[in-house]
Amino acid sequence: MDDFSNAVALALRLILSGDAELYAIIRLSLTVSLAAALIAGVLGSVAGAALAVFRFPGRRALVLLANSLLGLPPVVVGLAAYILFSRAGPLGAWGLLFTPPAMVIVQTVLATPIVTAIVHRAAEEMWALYGDGLQMAGATRAEIIPELLKLARLPLLTALLAGFGRTISEVGAIIIVGGNIAGFTRTMTTAIALQTSMGNLPFALALGLVLITISIALNGAAFAIADRRKRP
Amino acid sequence: MKSRFVFFVCAALILLGGVARAEDPFIVLASTTSVDNSGLLGQILPLFKKTSGIDVHVVALGTGQALDTARRGDADLVLVHDPDAEDLFMKEGHGITRRELAWNDFIIVGAKADPAKLIGGHDVVAGFKNIWNAGAPFVSRGDKSGTDALEKRIWKMASLDPTKAGPWFKDIGGGMGAALNAAAGLDAYTLADRGTWISFKNRATLIITLEGDLRLLNRYDVIELDPKLHPKAKLDLAKKFADWLVSKEGQAAIGAYTLEGEKLFHPEADAKPT
Repeated sequence: MDDFSNAVALALRLILSGDAELYAIIRLSLTVSLAAALIAGVLGSVAGAALAVFRFPGRRALVLLANSLLGLPPVVVGLAAYILFSRAGPLGAWGLLFTPPAMVIVQTVLATPIVTAIVHRAAEEMWALYGDGLQMAGATRAEIIPELLKLARLPLLTALLAGFGRTISEVGAIIIVGGNIAGFTRTMTTAIALQTSMGNLPFALALGLVLITISIALNGAAFAIADRRKRP
Repeated sequence: MKSRFVFFVCAALILLGGVARAEDPFIVLASTTSVDNSGLLGQILPLFKKTSGIDVHVVALGTGQALDTARRGDADLVLVHDPDAEDLFMKEGHGITRRELAWNDFIIVGAKADPAKLIGGHDVVAGFKNIWNAGAPFVSRGDKSGTDALEKRIWKMASLDPTKAGPWFKDIGGGMGAALNAAAGLDAYTLADRGTWISFKNRATLIITLEGDLRLLNRYDVIELDPKLHPKAKLDLAKKFADWLVSKEGQAAIGAYTLEGEKLFHPEADAKPT
């Protein structure tokens, strides 16, 4: 149990120390994961609502696909992106391998199905309740999408936070395409993996506690904003 | 709703701008894990940056993977420690110069209880035979790293085939740190490089059980890439770093790195044991 109490004390000391290297790592983690979650939020909410509103062949297959991709293994996404972005690969000329933008791309791929699936479920309910009425009022299906998203505000927030939860905790994909380069592509999760491999277990655990604390703070802030919006 | 959408897009763009900021010239170094995880590169890179203004982006991988990364054109320079794999890399025409920059040695670490009676011995082949005969737990890297390649050579020297070993032989398919963590958790033996061992913190009951065999010498080479196969690599910047590593200043920096009073790497010029 010593390791755990050491880790808690160490985590507190780390947060309070203002250590520049640690804060740079936290900043990169948040930047990459928030960017990916926001892009996934835009893509996924439009896709999820469109899947609820439009009727076309293959729609059910796409819904099934989005739900299946919830279990997309990060290491496979990372590997596929590595092959694409490698200088020898088809997109090698972009020079993205071992850079933060490559990390944003793989995390966006991982988070988009999550947002899509959650928003789709909520938008479908809203469509069943209000779709007919909105159509009778003369709105086209495309015009209804933003209306549905407005009605499904809370599930949309849940979807965004779920997407962020996926990106901030993810290590398998970003360690492959990012390379865990000190001061450049090292994030909280890849730093934890590195410290574990160096046998620095209490320090690795302390970094984990810092990461969890940040996640709680961010989720708390999001819910607080949502609560205030709900009140008149 | 529309305004919130615009807000999301803008926020995402600002964040993307944040990750794509411009910076100093840099090279990508595909490096074996031991020189990075042991803290050596962390110690000497700031010195190189100060004299050259060049950032070195270290991607730490097993030697096999590091060489493959360079083969694909994803690195500008490699720093590895597997003579046979390096020979092949040079023969394929990927490398143009190969220079030794440092050396240390491999050791067998194991639980203090030492069930295979290794302590006191200096013959690594005999040690492997003892482990085999005792059926003592042994952690194998199995990741095509330099250490893994040496381990396989030693089994061969002992005329033993680890694929026919019993369940005491654990092929973990992981890095040196993962192997040491596994050995610590299982009270198992494993072959380790001294640099990673000295810097490793989670030793549990592990100690050095065998050392001092000349066959356990571990040399680290820096290999510059051939422009014919790697026209896009930043070979000029890479050459600057390679030259610095073997220069007086770089060699002094490597020799000066110690942890808890122990030297982790000997500069190339240090006399090797004979």
